[in-house]
Amino acid sequence: MTLSEGPVAAPLLSVRGLTKLFGSFAACNAIDLDIAPGEIHALLGENGAGKSTLVKMLFGVLQPSAGQIVWQGQPVTIGSPGEARNLGVGMVFQHFSLFEALTVAENIALSLDPRISLSKISDEAATLSKAYGLPLDPKAHVADLSVGERQRIEIVRALLQNPKLIILDEPTSVLTPQEADRLFETLFKLKAEGRSVLYISHRLEEVRRICDRATVLRHGKVTGACDPKQETPASLARMMVGSDVAEVLRDGGAALGDIRIEVNNLSVTARTPFAVALKNVSMKVRAGEVLAIAGVAGNGQGELFDALSGEYPVAEDEAIRIRGKAVGRTGINGRRLLGAGFVPEERHGHAAVSAMALSDNLLLARSQSDKKAFLAGGAFSVIRFDAIRSATKRICEAMDVRKSGEDPQAGSLSGGNLQKFIVGRELDRQPSVLIVNQPTWGVDAGAASRIRQALIDLARSGSAVVVISQDLDEIFEVATNIAVISEGRLSEPHPAETLTLERIGLLMGGIHESQSIAENASGAEAAHAH
Amino acid sequence: MFEAILLTVITASTPLVIAALGELVTERSGVLNLGVEGMMIMGAVCAFATTQMTGSPYIGLLAGIAGGAAFSLLFGFLTLTLVANQVATGLALTILGLGLSGQLGEMFVGKPGIKLQPIVIPLLSDIPFFGRVLFAQDLTFYLSVALVIGINWFLFKSRTGLKMRAIGDNHGSAHALGINVIRTRYLAVMFGGACAGLAGAQLSLVYTPQWVENMSAGRGWIALALVVFASWRPWRVLAGGYLFGAVTIGQLHAQAFGIGVPSQLLSALPYAATIVVLIIISHNRRTTLINTPASLGKPFVPDR
Amino acid sequence: MRIELEKRARVSTLFSIISPLLALLLTLVFGAVMFWFLGKPPLGSLYVYFIEPLLEVWSLHELAVKAAPLILIAVGLSICYRSNNWNIGAEGQFTIGAITGSILPVLYPEWHSWAILPLMMIMGMIGGAAYAAIPALLKTRFNTNEILTSLMLVYIAGLFLDWLVRGPWRDPKGYNFPVTKSFQVEAVLPEILDSGRAHWAFIFALVAAVALWFMMRFMLKGFQVSVLGQSERAGRFAGFSARRMVWFSMLLSGALAGLAGISEVSGSIGHLQPAISPGYGFTAIIVAFLGRLNPLGIIASGLVLALTYLGGEAAQVALEISDKAARVFQGMLLFFVLSCDTLIHYRIRLVLAGNQTKEVKA
Repeated sequence: MTLSEGPVAAPLLSVRGLTKLFGSFAACNAIDLDIAPGEIHALLGENGAGKSTLVKMLFGVLQPSAGQIVWQGQPVTIGSPGEARNLGVGMVFQHFSLFEALTVAENIALSLDPRISLSKISDEAATLSKAYGLPLDPKAHVADLSVGERQRIEIVRALLQNPKLIILDEPTSVLTPQEADRLFETLFKLKAEGRSVLYISHRLEEVRRICDRATVLRHGKVTGACDPKQETPASLARMMVGSDVAEVLRDGGAALGDIRIEVNNLSVTARTPFAVALKNVSMKVRAGEVLAIAGVAGNGQGELFDALSGEYPVAEDEAIRIRGKAVGRTGINGRRLLGAGFVPEERHGHAAVSAMALSDNLLLARSQSDKKAFLAGGAFSVIRFDAIRSATKRICEAMDVRKSGEDPQAGSLSGGNLQKFIVGRELDRQPSVLIVNQPTWGVDAGAASRIRQALIDLARSGSAVVVISQDLDEIFEVATNIAVISEGRLSEPHPAETLTLERIGLLMGGIHESQSIAENASGAEAAHAH
Repeated sequence: MFEAILLTVITASTPLVIAALGELVTERSGVLNLGVEGMMIMGAVCAFATTQMTGSPYIGLLAGIAGGAAFSLLFGFLTLTLVANQVATGLALTILGLGLSGQLGEMFVGKPGIKLQPIVIPLLSDIPFFGRVLFAQDLTFYLSVALVIGINWFLFKSRTGLKMRAIGDNHGSAHALGINVIRTRYLAVMFGGACAGLAGAQLSLVYTPQWVENMSAGRGWIALALVVFASWRPWRVLAGGYLFGAVTIGQLHAQAFGIGVPSQLLSALPYAATIVVLIIISHNRRTTLINTPASLGKPFVPDR
Repeated sequence: MRIELEKRARVSTLFSIISPLLALLLTLVFGAVMFWFLGKPPLGSLYVYFIEPLLEVWSLHELAVKAAPLILIAVGLSICYRSNNWNIGAEGQFTIGAITGSILPVLYPEWHSWAILPLMMIMGMIGGAAYAAIPALLKTRFNTNEILTSLMLVYIAGLFLDWLVRGPWRDPKGYNFPVTKSFQVEAVLPEILDSGRAHWAFIFALVAAVALWFMMRFMLKGFQVSVLGQSERAGRFAGFSARRMVWFSMLLSGALAGLAGISEVSGSIGHLQPAISPGYGFTAIIVAFLGRLNPLGIIASGLVLALTYLGGEAAQVALEISDKAARVFQGMLLFFVLSCDTLIHYRIRLVLAGNQTKEVKA
């Protein structure tokens, strides 16, 4: 046997020809995969490559249309998550499968044997969370917990069943770099105990750092298996995407113009029990600048977007100025008339109505700002369908939106194409201020690079752009200046080139600007010591 | 005198409590069934007709429960299997129930009914004052109290109840964990139907032992309001139910005394009270948001 | 055996047309079964119920008389439901519209002027709208569920009318019957043609349906209704106010229900009495859904539901079936409409035991 040959030990799990059809569409097409005992195995692929479908089949949530799953040498059918748990498979979902109205202990109890009492579960969870460095209060309600804490519940819940294989679906997408480091330590501990980990990600750096082997998926098929440590990020990306992704181009140091949007001591109380209050947020964005706002999910990003867009106007008129005009109490269309454009995070049911045609979704955002072009008939406001259809066509061509048919429903487009349309809908107006929340969330690499390039080009043409994002790669790709939002507070902005991943991580974790830089430095050491 | 009033209050409150408890369980699983009125009236007619045919109000009671549960299956099939709009389907259930019960009950109009007799519990009923009120009631009253205790235990102490609350909170996550969302919801809907049927049976066997078309007279809707009023907690349903019962009986006595207010306006009192109570409860948006099952009324299609 | 749904890539245009017809067909089949159970000839009974009323001129007039309030109310409700406001208290708004519209003829029976009719219609609309304003106010101000409040107000309106016609508004010369004085001739809505009873309410209904169809199809207002109905959040992003939409849809549907109420009293009854509606406000909910919440579709479905009322009356005479059968038909129809609408958005598969999948509906 030569060294380069596959796994030495008999695989814990092996999958042969696994296929899942939705109608005639093959989400997974004849997948082969082997996971050895005690290895961290990466499953790489873009959004829509079939990673989630594959692991749902391994966890019994979905039933395969064809193919075989072999567990410790025995062919098995996994009919339900319960059967998967009995075999020894644990799962940590990307969009957590938690219940906000229930306590931590109740959440854990739901996937355990009903004969075990709640108090016993609480005790075991407490012991286990201590052993793996995952502190948890069993009596806390999930609704009150941070995203990182919620992930710990999922991990502890999976560990309580003493699994041989733990599947983690994009676990670091919601964590700060420091939290991610702590997660990796936990994973190494599990590996040392002989457990296997199936680690799903599209973050190439961390895959190279922690994984022993990788399987790459594209369009539902396996396109490569490799040792990630032997590969470069570029070679892994090529396996994932199938071609080189256009690199986002920028020329450094464009001259900044006048202040386009200004926020002064903006405070907003939480509107719902689950919302975050904004505290004394201030910022200035000049023409030609891209201000990126980094932060972990659920720290007030949505609330900041609502206040900036005017979907929920704020009490103080002076708190927000767009092109010098106080607009705090002005609604979204008043701000649009001043030349502002907005792209919210959620595509379906916020930025667009899924069951409506693209042209209708164009009118959605521009019925007032483009009144002259799109409406006729004076007070009757009769819609000029010809005008909105030709504008839709123009936008789709400009942004290369791939769609079936002339004017399909928004819901029938892929995430990337719909997002290109939603961004293009604003760019088409040449906005002098653009506020974007999570511009490339759940979007394929090609579309993401196109959208990022469009944002940079817009700033270069003299507009002010605010990008709220949780994706640090994206932030470094587009930002002129970077600020961090944490618990509803916004840090001072810093020029992008002066910041490191680590500094941002500390700011994201809630180390505030009030502390001096020196304190920050020592804080960094303290955080590592933990 | 006071004892007699209290007894009538209990009789008027019991159907509201039972129907609202059933709906509470249904809504805790995340399903909004607005067809309580329709299931109730179907329960009433099934119970009355069966009692007439068998001579036994107890078999009638069972028929009422079965009728309500069977009728709720229609709602379950449409909203759970066919994913139809829950609001519209609930309305449809009420409209169909009122029509169908009128048709079924036609031959029983004006027939004297057989009343469900009180079960006097020895010893306990001899306690002065409270004994007669609490321990010399008919079966439906005892059932209503047992249901409050049982449902409270089920929801907050049993593992199946925990699963049901989990489904009501987030059906997507529940499905991902391997909880059978649709089967649990079918059971919850049927339980709601059975309770509504029992409440209807109480109307035609205890409250006014006869068959009158539309005899539920909006009580199903009041029960729906009670669930909101109780912020989905069984004990509060009991309290709210008795509040409404007291208003109903109070206005009847006021009518009898002839206090100079037209009887129609007094009859409108329970409905007006429902509106007032709803305003008070929903006024505090925060508590409503926290208590409402998060997936209430939302359609669920599992991916397979 | 199990039923599975698969979301269609796009809404099926074919099934959005077929679905109401399929529902109608299923209702007829089940109706035939019901007649058979009742010991009546199934086909003959269906003929009496659904065909015979269409064969004579006078009964076509009756059809228009019954369809008018159904269409008027249902087109208003369709705007409500499209915008996700669940007004189910149209019956109460109908009643209050009838009462406020009757103020002039009841209190000023000696006033003979052409102006009285338009004033009555306007007051009826104001009354209906004002009554619908109560749930609208409670929803926008206190976040109170409009389904329950509007429904409770139905009972209150009915009791209020009952009190009026037995109390202060009772005709002293009415032999103690609970009715008001008959309206003066100027206060009676005229008939459209000499050949029968159909009066101007039917014209109102057609005008309202066409006008609202135009609004929904071509105007920004209609677009706002659809956007806010499908996603309040997207509506907010568009700068449309959900709060204002609650007011718009509730007042509009209340006004139309009120107009239906006063034109029914003025054109068909001629005085106020305790019972002025055979449940038009509730049947209109079925009309709205059978018409797929499209105002033009509602004209057709209003005529269909009106036919169930007429057929019910005919069957009572010819077959000795109670008029309750009409309500059973109406309830079944709504159930089938809602079931068949699933086909518009989903493919339905029957999964037999084992893994055989049988495609039932393409």
